[in-house]
Amino acid sequence: MAAWRVLGKRRLPTLGRAFAARSCRLAPERGAECGEAARSRVSRFCPPRTSCHDWIGPPDKHSNLRPVHFHVPEDESAAEQKLRELRQETQEWNQQFWANQNVTFRKEKEEFIHSRLKAKGLGLRTESGQKATLNAEEMADFYKEFLSKNFQKHMHYNRDWYKRNFAITFFMGRVALERVWNKLRPKQKTSS
Amino acid sequence: MATSPHTLSSRLLTGGVGGCVWYLERRAVQASPHKFMHLFRNASKQWVTFQHFTFLKRMYVTQLNRSLRQQIKPKAEPVASPFLEKSSSSQAKAEVYEMKPFAPSTLSLPRKPNETELIELESASIIEGSVDVGKETKDEKQWKEMKLRVDDLPGILARLSKIKLTALVVSTTSAGFALAPGPFDLSCFLLTSVGTGLASCAANSINQFFEVPFDSNMNRTKNRPLVRGQISPLLTVTFAACCAVPGVALLTWGVNPLTGALGLFNIFLYTCCYTPLKRVSIANTWVGAVVGAIPPVMGWTAATGSLDAGAFLLGGILYSWQFPHFNALSWGLREDYSRGGYCMMSVTHPALCRRVALRHCLALLALSAAAPALGVTTWTFPVIALPINLYISYLGFRFYRDADRKSSRKLFFCSLWHLPLLLLLMLTCKQRGVDRDSGEPQS
Repeated sequence: MAAWRVLGKRRLPTLGRAFAARSCRLAPERGAECGEAARSRVSRFCPPRTSCHDWIGPPDKHSNLRPVHFHVPEDESAAEQKLRELRQETQEWNQQFWANQNVTFRKEKEEFIHSRLKAKGLGLRTESGQKATLNAEEMADFYKEFLSKNFQKHMHYNRDWYKRNFAITFFMGRVALERVWNKLRPKQKTSS
Repeated sequence: MATSPHTLSSRLLTGGVGGCVWYLERRAVQASPHKFMHLFRNASKQWVTFQHFTFLKRMYVTQLNRSLRQQIKPKAEPVASPFLEKSSSSQAKAEVYEMKPFAPSTLSLPRKPNETELIELESASIIEGSVDVGKETKDEKQWKEMKLRVDDLPGILARLSKIKLTALVVSTTSAGFALAPGPFDLSCFLLTSVGTGLASCAANSINQFFEVPFDSNMNRTKNRPLVRGQISPLLTVTFAACCAVPGVALLTWGVNPLTGALGLFNIFLYTCCYTPLKRVSIANTWVGAVVGAIPPVMGWTAATGSLDAGAFLLGGILYSWQFPHFNALSWGLREDYSRGGYCMMSVTHPALCRRVALRHCLALLALSAAAPALGVTTWTFPVIALPINLYISYLGFRFYRDADRKSSRKLFFCSLWHLPLLLLLMLTCKQRGVDRDSGEPQS
């Protein structure tokens, strides 16, 4: 079982996981800072020093997307760097879009509920003190309106998302192939 | 000869549904007709409970049952969802919003806020620090290393390929194969099932690959492997290719080219038409219904090698079934669809949604009646299928009239047991020994 795990670990780069770096050596300065962080347990965004993988966090409160902390290997190649930057940028872009989308949705939903309750002559709170809500059928008008209002926004987002997703996957493939290629010719490197 | 392919095919069909049903069905075939009906009623009741619970637990969770799902769902790694709701994660917010693009020239921390955060926290008082540390330790635990463990891989791939849905798709293909006329060829049957299963795995994986940010934002889909970072997009695409190529090859060269072509077309239809169309137009539901209708047609063409009227009838039954099934399901997901930007009838055209669901419930009645006319089943079939067809039509009518959550859920759960039962009844009433020249059934 243990042998299998080791085999699995070795196979990781060839599986095409872009995050599995060949070397786990962190830069000395960063390592020291991360070590301090780990010791004082002050930040959850600094992964353990021995880790050479990316780390994924819990879903963001607003965007529901899980942030990824990208690992920067010491011997990062140009292709790997390009991939990481693209992923980082896409993550920020996605985060911005969905956080904005969800916050706007919640805000407009609240406004809709308030206006409907007012129109019905009801207060914002029920007798028991709970926040008054409308049932699903009453909310249906709002859902329809919200969807149609944001249709163009979604069209642009969809197009961009598909492009980015393909690009990231393509670069991941390139990085994986590069790694496999480098692994296959270390002898050539040492002899020359 | 007449009985063995029937019992064998029925067994294989229900194998995907549940072992208990399989056993009961075998008994039923051997028992007298009176006991037969009694056992079927029991089987359907048992199966309702089993499937009801399974689906409720795993796949079709509405917001009402969110807490139930989080408690029951088996987890290899704790996701700690209750924590998410309660934690303020204000620092998380700050961290994420202030993220700056990494400057490759520096070898410092990838994020400047992290640095300042460290300095601030180091200089903070112990009392303040301990409170923060308490919260952060909780948050820290929720960060997972994105390392693919070989042990986890089968589970991850099963979820990626929506293995339960794939199993249902393969069982509809098996039904199509079993209902087709001619002798039952076991090797062909197995090749068809495996090929269709692989094609379905591939299509489902690509669907998840395309929909990561959308899945993250919907309660039903937020625990998928790509969303949770358990697998990379590259590996997903590789896995899909490794399923699609052997799957379609198996169907084309192991069965027949027509079945292979249908399989390939269905993968294309699902991944390149239905998936993007979901965000563009309500026509996606009709496309999706065709996607669901093709597997039994594939089963039929695998057995007979041609697209007969029977193939279209089976396809038609599956096509019509999709509407009460999906429209009822989508009724409870309107908020998520609206927020996520999905164009579904339940959001944009609610009256049409209910009308179409009812219309297709009635179509199921008509198609059941057409089955004996096309020589697929005997005339017993529409008669014994009448109660369940009337029941689903009644629920469809209630959904049409009441348009509320309760009626939509009733219709949805009915659709879950209605289809397998209908197919089972078709199998038991299969028209046997049809003389191809005269078209007259042999007694």
